[in-house]
Amino acid sequence: MMCDFLFSLVCTGEIFELKAELNSDKKEKKKEAVKKVIASMTVGKDVSALFPDVVNCMQTDNLELKKLVYLYLMNYAKSQPDMAIMAVNTFVKDCEDPNPLIRALAVRTMGCIRVDKITEYLCEPLRKCLKDEDPYVRKTAAVCVAKLHDINAQLVEDQGFLDTLKDLISDSNPMVVANAVAALSEIAESHPNSNLLDLNPQTINKLLTALNECTEWGQIFILDCLANYTPRDDRESQSICERVTPRLSHANSAVVLSAVKVLMKFMEMLPKDLDYYGTLLKKLAPPLVTLLSAEPELQYVALRNINLIVQRRPEILKHEMKVFFVKYNDPIYVKLEKLDIMIRLASQANIAQVLAELKEYATEVDVDFVRKAVRAIGRCAIKVEQSAERCVSTLLDLIQTKVNYVVQEAIVVIKDIFRKYPNKYESVIATLCENLDSLDEPEARAAMIWIVGEYAERIDNADELLESFLEGFHDESTQVQLQLLTAIVKLFLKKPTETQELVQQVLSLATQDSDNPDLRDRGYIYWRLLSTDPVAAKEVVLAEKPLISEETDLIEPTLLEELICHIGTLASVYHKPPSAFVEGSRGVQHKRLPGSSVESPDTGSAAGVSEAPPAVIPSQGDLLGDLLNLDLTPPTTTGPPPPASSGMQMGAMDLLGGGLDSLVGLLNTVLSEAVSLRCVIPALQNLSSHYTTCCQVWLPAMKAKGLEISGTFVRRAGVIQMEMTLTNKAMSVMTDFAIQFNRNSFGLAPAGPLQVLTPLSPNQSIEAALPLSTVGPVMKMEPLNNLQVAVKNNIDVFYFSCQYPISMLFAEDGKMERQVFLATWKDIPNDNESQFQIKDCHLNSDAASNKLQGSNIFTIAKRTVEGQDMLYQSMKLTNGIWVLAELRVQAGNPNYTVSTVLVVLAVFKSCAGAAVITIYYQKK
Amino acid sequence: MIGGLFIYNHKGEVLISRVYRDDIGRNAVDAFRVNVIHARQQVRSPVTNIARTSFFHVKRSNIWLAAVTKQNVNAAMVFEFLYKMCDVMTAYFGKISEENIKNNFVLIYELLDEILDFGYPQNSETGALKTFITQQGIKGQTKEEQSQITSQVTGQIGWRREGIKYRRNELFLDVLESVNLLMSPQGQVLSAHVSGRVVMKSYLSGMPECKFGMNDKIVIDKQGKGAASDDAGKSSGKQSIAIDDCTFHQCVRLSKFDSERSISFIPPDGEYELMRYRTTKDIILPFRVIPLVREVGRTKLEVKVVIKSNFKPSLLAQKIEVRIPTPLNTSGVQVICMKGKAKYKASENAIVWKIKRMAGMKESQISAEIELLPTNDKKKWARPPISMNFEVPFAPSGLKVRYLKVFESKLNYSDHDVIKWVRYIGRSGIYETRC
Repeated sequence: MMCDFLFSLVCTGEIFELKAELNSDKKEKKKEAVKKVIASMTVGKDVSALFPDVVNCMQTDNLELKKLVYLYLMNYAKSQPDMAIMAVNTFVKDCEDPNPLIRALAVRTMGCIRVDKITEYLCEPLRKCLKDEDPYVRKTAAVCVAKLHDINAQLVEDQGFLDTLKDLISDSNPMVVANAVAALSEIAESHPNSNLLDLNPQTINKLLTALNECTEWGQIFILDCLANYTPRDDRESQSICERVTPRLSHANSAVVLSAVKVLMKFMEMLPKDLDYYGTLLKKLAPPLVTLLSAEPELQYVALRNINLIVQRRPEILKHEMKVFFVKYNDPIYVKLEKLDIMIRLASQANIAQVLAELKEYATEVDVDFVRKAVRAIGRCAIKVEQSAERCVSTLLDLIQTKVNYVVQEAIVVIKDIFRKYPNKYESVIATLCENLDSLDEPEARAAMIWIVGEYAERIDNADELLESFLEGFHDESTQVQLQLLTAIVKLFLKKPTETQELVQQVLSLATQDSDNPDLRDRGYIYWRLLSTDPVAAKEVVLAEKPLISEETDLIEPTLLEELICHIGTLASVYHKPPSAFVEGSRGVQHKRLPGSSVESPDTGSAAGVSEAPPAVIPSQGDLLGDLLNLDLTPPTTTGPPPPASSGMQMGAMDLLGGGLDSLVGLLNTVLSEAVSLRCVIPALQNLSSHYTTCCQVWLPAMKAKGLEISGTFVRRAGVIQMEMTLTNKAMSVMTDFAIQFNRNSFGLAPAGPLQVLTPLSPNQSIEAALPLSTVGPVMKMEPLNNLQVAVKNNIDVFYFSCQYPISMLFAEDGKMERQVFLATWKDIPNDNESQFQIKDCHLNSDAASNKLQGSNIFTIAKRTVEGQDMLYQSMKLTNGIWVLAELRVQAGNPNYTVSTVLVVLAVFKSCAGAAVITIYYQKK
Repeated sequence: MIGGLFIYNHKGEVLISRVYRDDIGRNAVDAFRVNVIHARQQVRSPVTNIARTSFFHVKRSNIWLAAVTKQNVNAAMVFEFLYKMCDVMTAYFGKISEENIKNNFVLIYELLDEILDFGYPQNSETGALKTFITQQGIKGQTKEEQSQITSQVTGQIGWRREGIKYRRNELFLDVLESVNLLMSPQGQVLSAHVSGRVVMKSYLSGMPECKFGMNDKIVIDKQGKGAASDDAGKSSGKQSIAIDDCTFHQCVRLSKFDSERSISFIPPDGEYELMRYRTTKDIILPFRVIPLVREVGRTKLEVKVVIKSNFKPSLLAQKIEVRIPTPLNTSGVQVICMKGKAKYKASENAIVWKIKRMAGMKESQISAEIELLPTNDKKKWARPPISMNFEVPFAPSGLKVRYLKVFESKLNYSDHDVIKWVRYIGRSGIYETRC
């Protein structure tokens, strides 16, 4: 075979041969040689050495040969920019060719060559081609503008190509219109704020006209573009919908899905009582069902989208359950998606059918599918109450099959059913217990342990069962360990006499032998609870559980809205916003449905930034320890502390927690700005000084291709600084650092560029202090002091988020005049105040006052009433909000010895821009 | 948009690689090979995301076609494009195989250059493409020819060229239906639908305007009302069918269908698919399968299956095949059937019963004894459904072609001069009965 030979050639010797052939006089020989070159290129072999010889073949009237040479050029021009210039002349000449096919070919190829010098020469021919008399050339030129923009955006703007492109939207040829729309949409994506695609009723009308006439692909470009338009009123929205609905009968599924996207979006604007609204809803179902008879890959895309549509508008497909029944030879990815949708559509009306199907699926071969089917039965039970009994008996049947993974899955869902319908199906527990030994998956073991613990009083040998799990405690996964700990504590509270030994065993296993902080903490909490107040322990541990909700895996509403705007695209397949998988800024703007009232606090970008900000708020004890920075503070206890004090600590924590929420509610009404009192609590906890937060790792090297960033925030002489240590843990040198903040609650923004001047070599660290201003754009963050940062270097852009101490924002001019203070204090309504305690503070009032002044919390006045020192204090946040506080210090002992427990109550008062805090500072 | 397109053979060697966007590098070629083609587990999705790069793939025999992108592209469009790409390649050089691709790689590059520009699909109608992309190269086109090509590629009627002439104007209509059924062992219809296609072969001169009519319930009812005759409405109501949904070739004027429900178009030359449709109501199920499976102890199964044909006795069904699945631990099978031939195929784990022809309103039966090897496998046999294949000379949906009118005002032939042929074929799709 000649071509097998083509594909298997090329070593250095052959390059010479090729060279000779390329320079041959015979046309046929030349062509064969170029073919061989392209074949090697395809396989990934480097044939760039032949560049001049191949380019020499470019001057030919043989179109096939020309195309091959162009293909070669597109691949290698970038690696040989200087030689690529040799081709420019031919390109320019070809752009003048009388044959429109050649003109288009030249302009199309030139746009693909990303060499600056060639790009310069492209402008003139491109300008001509955009106005060419032949539509084929114009449609090619339209796409070429997008190519050029990708190489050099500034050039495109300077040359005025964008305006020419906009003019093409009114072109007489539908395909030119479609390509112009595609090019403009793409360019507009990288300029989110520009008004490039200036969609107004006139242009929309032009697009809708072109829609009827252009190719299937052109229809997709136009529909996708239409979806970005927001109609002015419901009438306009209806008329667009009317003109788009015929597309639902197109043979191309992508046209159908894009039309569905437009309709789903514009429907939001239609009044629900309109007749047309109902008609439209009815029209949507048949095409969606038809998509399921397409090829499997398209079915998969369609099903992922239907999953979204069903969540947004369940009414559309509620009668179409049957089409989602799984066929025996569907590919597995189609099966799993169908199952998901079946559960979403399950209702009282069709539950019998659904259950019969699910039972059928549970006997299939594919493990994942069977598991999902079993889980689905459980979800039906939770969703449709009338079916619960049938579901449970179906599950029991399945358990009887003894197929290991079926049993495990069934037990996991039965646990959920118990949660949903307490005291109804507990009779099956005995059957469940029979299968105890066969459970080997953590989730199933945890579920079973939960059941045993929860119903310990009904299971005679509950203690034996749990004890059997305890033997291999350290080999279990955390999930199982936690569950086992809780279950044994429950058991102990229910049957205290027989199980004392067991509970001690598990507590010591959890607290002393485990490395897992979650497990240890939970162990300590139980230990303290049990040793202080068994009655309280009972109330806490055996508290009534809230019922679980019906739908467990719904997509969060704001995300769902965004995804609906992306129907048909990858985002709707992944069920993730584009920012989660697209690099850079392109196409990452968030889309919203029109007229939707849900206000979202920037969920999308939060997902784009790092998932979990390093937790900054340390535990209560630590905070108060360094609140007043006292060396005498006993270190946080490592072993179980004396029961009495630990009990107190728990109480205080609750008080604080409860206070927080009420404060937030109160504040939402009072503070119009982005500040809520949530900020003040951490502020008070950090009162002490600027040094409270120690250096933290914000960006671990693992997440940032080797760049590690740690740092802290300080306030020095009125200037807020972000002090960072950048460490290069990668193998290569890093340069070109830059930093940017997302909008945040207090408008923090870098006041200058990031000063990392020298390149950062591997294993080197550099310290950089970045001064911050507080005049940047403001947006409320959650938590309030959260800061999302993007750091760029020559490798990539990295995102992380960190939290700054609020005390950093206390201004130096925060000392209020006495009179003003008094007046303001009185004016504030009582219900705006809130209070909390600070404990473990070993300072007298004067020392405390001094300390606080260091953090710009100023003492305005002090008085002593019945042995209590009252400190009145004020502080001012950088955004002009005042916080007033009363700090009460009670000296119980005339010797002023510092006692171990200090109770500090704070009363927050706030009114139009001012918050007042009273701190009771109590000493025993 | 699409950043690159790769074609691999079953070993993962690249046969074609065309990169359209700067953000796709050569390493993407390898990433797909390593993570999908050479993946240890079966691929669980046609869309794969590897290091923020998304790969869409389809497989034709043992050839992989993969489209790559780093952007949030229209996923449905990418798959539609890949299918289209396969169609175009098939139209040019037949079956998509490694050998054919290697032999035509220059042509494929040329096609890829034409139908995908910067990742945006362009006109991909083979009719139009064949006018200017040929394996012979273009020789001596006149200026008129060139502009005709470009206007066709970009024009409103991109699927047909001007100046087609036939001595005999002729057209063939094939109504091809596949009837799908899922039935419970008790004979209850769990789901049934017909998906049909109307395929047209047109050999017509000029730019003919066509109008297609069928016994669509909505149209007939409308006409019935127009004639104000209740009787006509009723009698035609029996013959008309309710179409759940239909989609059309891009030549059909969709807005006209939406407003008047009339199907009018200028057809492409040669063979193409005019429409697809789906019906679920009043389906004629050509065969009924009645299974009886009895487990006799742990090592024996008794199976009896009866099939009944349910259509006019004058019609003949062909190529009937019933596939009865057997457990994996089958050691031997004895079969007795009244008609046709039946064989146990161990490699397929099934008894395959074939009957060449069967008239309507007949019934036939097969019984089999299956011996099993004792196993200690805890898992029960999944009992896959009994499936059936057949071909019948009518449309199970009840669809009838009422007319196909041809108007060509510029040339002197009229609707009467056109020779028209209509044929109905009903085939089994997924026709399963659980047992």
